[in-house]
Amino acid sequence: MSILVNKDTKVLTQGMTGKSGSFHTEKCLEYGTQMVAGVGPGKGGKEHLGIPLFDTVEQAKDKTGANASIIYVPPPFAADAIMEAVDADLDLVICITEGIPVLDMLKVNTFMKGKRTRLVGPNCPGVITPGEAKLGIMPGQIHKPGNVGVVSRSGTLTYEAVFQLTELGIGQSTCVGIGGDPLNGTNFIDCLELFEADPDTEAVVMIGEIGGTAEEEAAAWIQENMKKPVVSFIAGATAPAGRTMGHAGAIVSGGKGTAEGKFAALEAAGVTVSRSPAMLGEKIQGLLK
Amino acid sequence: MNLHEYQSKELMAAYGLPVLPGYCCYTPGEVEAAADLLGGGVCVVKAQVHAGGRGKGGGVKLAKSAAEAREHGEAILGMKLVTPQTGKDGKLVRKVYVEAGCNIDKEFYLSMLVDRAAKRIAIVVSTEGGMDIEEVAEKTPDKIITELVDPSVGLQSFQALQVGFRLGLTAPLAREFASLLDGLYDLFVENDLSLLEINPLVLTKEGQFVLLDAKCTVDNNAMFRHPDLKEYQDYDEMDPRDLRAGKHGLSYVGLDGNIGCMVNGAGLAMGTMDIIKEFGGEPANFLDVGGGATKETVTEAFKILLDDSNVKAILVNIFGGIMKCDVIAGGIVEAAKELSLEVPLVVRLQGTNVDEGRKILADSGLNIQPADTMGDAAEKAVRAAQ
Repeated sequence: MSILVNKDTKVLTQGMTGKSGSFHTEKCLEYGTQMVAGVGPGKGGKEHLGIPLFDTVEQAKDKTGANASIIYVPPPFAADAIMEAVDADLDLVICITEGIPVLDMLKVNTFMKGKRTRLVGPNCPGVITPGEAKLGIMPGQIHKPGNVGVVSRSGTLTYEAVFQLTELGIGQSTCVGIGGDPLNGTNFIDCLELFEADPDTEAVVMIGEIGGTAEEEAAAWIQENMKKPVVSFIAGATAPAGRTMGHAGAIVSGGKGTAEGKFAALEAAGVTVSRSPAMLGEKIQGLLK
Repeated sequence: MNLHEYQSKELMAAYGLPVLPGYCCYTPGEVEAAADLLGGGVCVVKAQVHAGGRGKGGGVKLAKSAAEAREHGEAILGMKLVTPQTGKDGKLVRKVYVEAGCNIDKEFYLSMLVDRAAKRIAIVVSTEGGMDIEEVAEKTPDKIITELVDPSVGLQSFQALQVGFRLGLTAPLAREFASLLDGLYDLFVENDLSLLEINPLVLTKEGQFVLLDAKCTVDNNAMFRHPDLKEYQDYDEMDPRDLRAGKHGLSYVGLDGNIGCMVNGAGLAMGTMDIIKEFGGEPANFLDVGGGATKETVTEAFKILLDDSNVKAILVNIFGGIMKCDVIAGGIVEAAKELSLEVPLVVRLQGTNVDEGRKILADSGLNIQPADTMGDAAEKAVRAAQ
């Protein structure tokens, strides 16, 4: 009962020996995720946190059967790390790194054409299937296995939504942070499509932000294709135009990408909109009854 | 990072692109000398601030002599320039660009930017130069021409020519235009720009293209590979609070309300502002302390919030994931004591080590209003600020 990751996912970590790589790899291990390898050029043959290290992703995959990667590599080298993982034909690559230049991500996007690897992020908290596997930096303990899918551009706001659900006794099938950058791999529609097809997801929480048109496109897709109920909140209704609100992608420019426009598009598509970020749990509860 | 017009033109000149000669000046005396160097005839004095619509606010003036240029310099330097993009208080003009004049025949619009949806670099041009392009796009969308470029392949000759012909240019001019576009495209990708805007691009009566205004924005995330561009950073143009926050790894945006906010995570920080508004209050700021905040950053965040005299209450909303609530609580108590906090403080903690965190706040003896949920916190903060 999940999408993207489950108890069988075997994970390699790029940038595992750094400070945040080490910290989060340990947390993922504690959660029960199969962390099978670490990758760092020149580190092959060594071990870290009891996990074998390899020089390249290709070697790590060959030796351990890893099918997913988590990337903590610093911004100047992160795009290259993504392309290495894609080239090794992994199923899933999750890039946590924040601050990758947008032109580097344009290159990544072109590089991925015709490849089957799915990229989640960058600048995201990762993906968790509660009770099975945690691939990312989210606090594992607030999650609970269940039937609500969560997809979001924000990190802590996702934790907030998950916490509300869990407090109400409502578990989650899978929670996906797609990231706050203007250019990302997996988008809302990709996740909604997966949730719609997942027999164990009954409803979806979708958390958007100002900037870009991803939410409007998702609304159009929902109207056409989605049968399961969706509850949505868009952060940034009070943000001033022309200013970047923390996330590189969160900016209203030229009157485009406003929260109002996104709320309106979602409402028109039959989505249950929550104007308050504190009401997401209750709105889902109302729909599941 | 935004570049001034004169900085953008310096960059464009280095790429061999057609810009008019000009000088950046800080005093009326310099303005007069610059006008003399430009031949003493017609020149234009332009305020250098990071805001569009400078002409509308009286920040761009034509002079027919060096003496007149000096007069314009006296008027513009030191003025608070108000444009549709500056807000009502305007922006202090500290420098002007004195540029040679030219005989305008036609005006075009030209910009390059990263198209998020298409995942391409978009080149946008229009025959409606010198106008507000958003208005043109709304009223006459057929007058906006867009060409998408795959950055791994680059701008192809046929594309550049095609754009020129779509603008209705003759073959020789279309060729001229295509080579201009080529140069601008190179400049865009080699300097990691996220926006390049020429409005207007003019065709002179002598049949030459000239980049008459220029605006460049560099992708902040790419600054690590452009140490040379760092020198273009104009700290005078930045909100001192933003600057200070940035130094401490905090992300801050000042607003007009009276409830100071301190939150971890950009999405939650925006959500907190939104919920304050839902309860009838007005947020004073956006402030994301990030994922790795320490006692020191929390103290610094409080100082920035308290420097804003509009702040009548503070709302702290922390969802401890990686960040532990007891560490944050310790930071809040220390900061509140050190700064002898006088405004009401509402604190909502949730997540990792929340019980320990709440106990630290309760035992501190400080007047802190605890809140369980975001809604509860926003309601209390709005009431406290009234």
